Amino acid sequence: MERYVKISKKDFYKWVDSLKKHGKVYAPKRKENTHVFRPIKDSSELDLNYISTILPPKKYYFPQKESLLKFSIKPFETAKAIQKFEEFVLFGVHTCDLAGIQCMDVVFREDPLDPNYINRKDRMTTVGIECLKPCDKHASCVSMGNHVPRGGYDIMLTEIKGSYIIHLNSQKGEDILQGHSYIKKCTQADRNLLDSLRKNKERVFKEEFIGQLTEVYTVFSKLSESGVWDDVGKRCVGCGNCTTVCPTCYCFDVKDELDLNLNDGLRYRWWNSCQMDDFARVAGGEDFRPGRVSRQRHRYYRKFKYPIDKFNRYFCTGCGRCSRTCMAKINLTETVNDLIKEHRNVSIGI
Amino acid sequence: MFQSEFKKIIPYSPYRTLPAEIIAVKPYTSLEKLFRLRLKGNAEFDYVPGQFMEISIFGSGEAPISLCSSPTDKGYFEITVRNVGSLTGALHNLKKGDLIGVRGPFGKGFPIDDFFGNDILIIAGGLGIVPLRGLIRYIMHQRKDFGEVQILLGCKSPEDMLFNDEVEQWGRHIDILFQCTVDKADPDWKGNIGLITNLIPGVTLNPMRTYAVVVGPPVMYKFVIKELLKKGIPDRQIILSLERRMKCGLGKCGHCQINGIYVCQEGPVFKYRDLRTLGEAL
Repeated sequence: MERYVKISKKDFYKWVDSLKKHGKVYAPKRKENTHVFRPIKDSSELDLNYISTILPPKKYYFPQKESLLKFSIKPFETAKAIQKFEEFVLFGVHTCDLAGIQCMDVVFREDPLDPNYINRKDRMTTVGIECLKPCDKHASCVSMGNHVPRGGYDIMLTEIKGSYIIHLNSQKGEDILQGHSYIKKCTQADRNLLDSLRKNKERVFKEEFIGQLTEVYTVFSKLSESGVWDDVGKRCVGCGNCTTVCPTCYCFDVKDELDLNLNDGLRYRWWNSCQMDDFARVAGGEDFRPGRVSRQRHRYYRKFKYPIDKFNRYFCTGCGRCSRTCMAKINLTETVNDLIKEHRNVSIGI
Repeated sequence: MFQSEFKKIIPYSPYRTLPAEIIAVKPYTSLEKLFRLRLKGNAEFDYVPGQFMEISIFGSGEAPISLCSSPTDKGYFEITVRNVGSLTGALHNLKKGDLIGVRGPFGKGFPIDDFFGNDILIIAGGLGIVPLRGLIRYIMHQRKDFGEVQILLGCKSPEDMLFNDEVEQWGRHIDILFQCTVDKADPDWKGNIGLITNLIPGVTLNPMRTYAVVVGPPVMYKFVIKELLKKGIPDRQIILSLERRMKCGLGKCGHCQINGIYVCQEGPVFKYRDLRTLGEAL
């Protein structure tokens, strides 16, 4: 198959319905005035006209609660908790969330690698969808460079003039397209349309940060004691919404749950948040990251400083979820811009 | 070898624990007990003093606990645990013959290779003696590989002292200089009284060939390090072990992070030189 093919919108839903045979399909679906990723039974439930879902699709490859270990106390035994991982299709993923998947990949593939994550990811087929217009004032995908496809998908859909242009990025991608006569070759004219669409996006999508990422990194390297953190920390209510909805937050806690017989049980991992006040507290009572100022700063540094040093990758995807969900109206773009402004002022001696 | 035993199962499930039998329990104080453990099947395993294990009591959970024995102690390994929570409480209720789950060893231990041929100044405050006991035992077993060895030990009161049977021996060793201080003495106490920091100025040492190994409560580090630097010991030769909540041991769960560093992977033992720029470290 060619690397670029296309499908008309008329046939598109037929094809979506055919995906079932490749596993459960998770896709954006309307929920009240917003959208969520949910399993869909047929294409009528799908709604691709959406801005970021409440939760990122990480819940499917890094579940909120997952079992790690089966145990019994007497006789003392342990066993693998999950016997089988299932094939699934993650459908209609925006490019910001694809960047999130790539970040998680880097973390969980790093030695010692995480078999649960890898097993799930190996069975996941990812279908991306390109955004054609900026979503809302909370996103910062342009500054983060994630408003255009940068890999991380099996196929990518771009809607152009009554059709979807499909970019194939893997064998898995080819597998879900094969055998459908309505999937057509892309003509040169179609490719030209795609090129001009991307050019047009450069005009429509405006950078949200007042500086380039290299400047952002420098600012974070220098301003860990900035008053900006005091302001953010004072407003923060410590609810942990920002980390829950973040596509690149992966911290977790490990807990045991016993059956009613108090002998057999499961060890789980649960999403946890560095914004919780007991996150860095040890049994002896010492808290190694006390106060919301340092905990908020930590969250930001885990997006704009530490992962760059470690993986050469920004862990903010620009999806805007943390700002959208914040009860205290802490806005990521504002925070970053305030830091940049402060740094520029300091540099010129104001 | 346990390490390779564990490595064998890591690719399938790094959260699987291996069963270890409690072969002896020794209470030291009203709160602390030593547990001597052996892997089921008597498998030996290799580790470095300063490394830690993840200890499981099923139903109560899992926690990182320092090894307090030395790899030169053959046929068993030991942990010493303070009863402070549900897991440690459950552990304290266990007896000889009971089984617990273990994973590890994790982290980087004391840089023993760097220590060879150099003088060692060990400074232990409170529970800091626990991981350092493994190092002290190692040094005593391989005594000729090291230069001068001095131990400064500090604890709250004489009855809070851990490993008192062994501490007495250290005091009698002619090839080890040993000093002890307590915050609050009782009438029988013959040693020093006061903070451990006060002992450092009186120590005779050759700073360029001395490694200072410091483990104690967070509040102790700042003051001890200041005294050591005053003595002229270079920051690369000041070795610290940091306590953090190392939940998974695999560099993933995030609880133990100091700035961008995962303590369970890059620590818990650090050179002071590498901590100077980490704001959250000390």
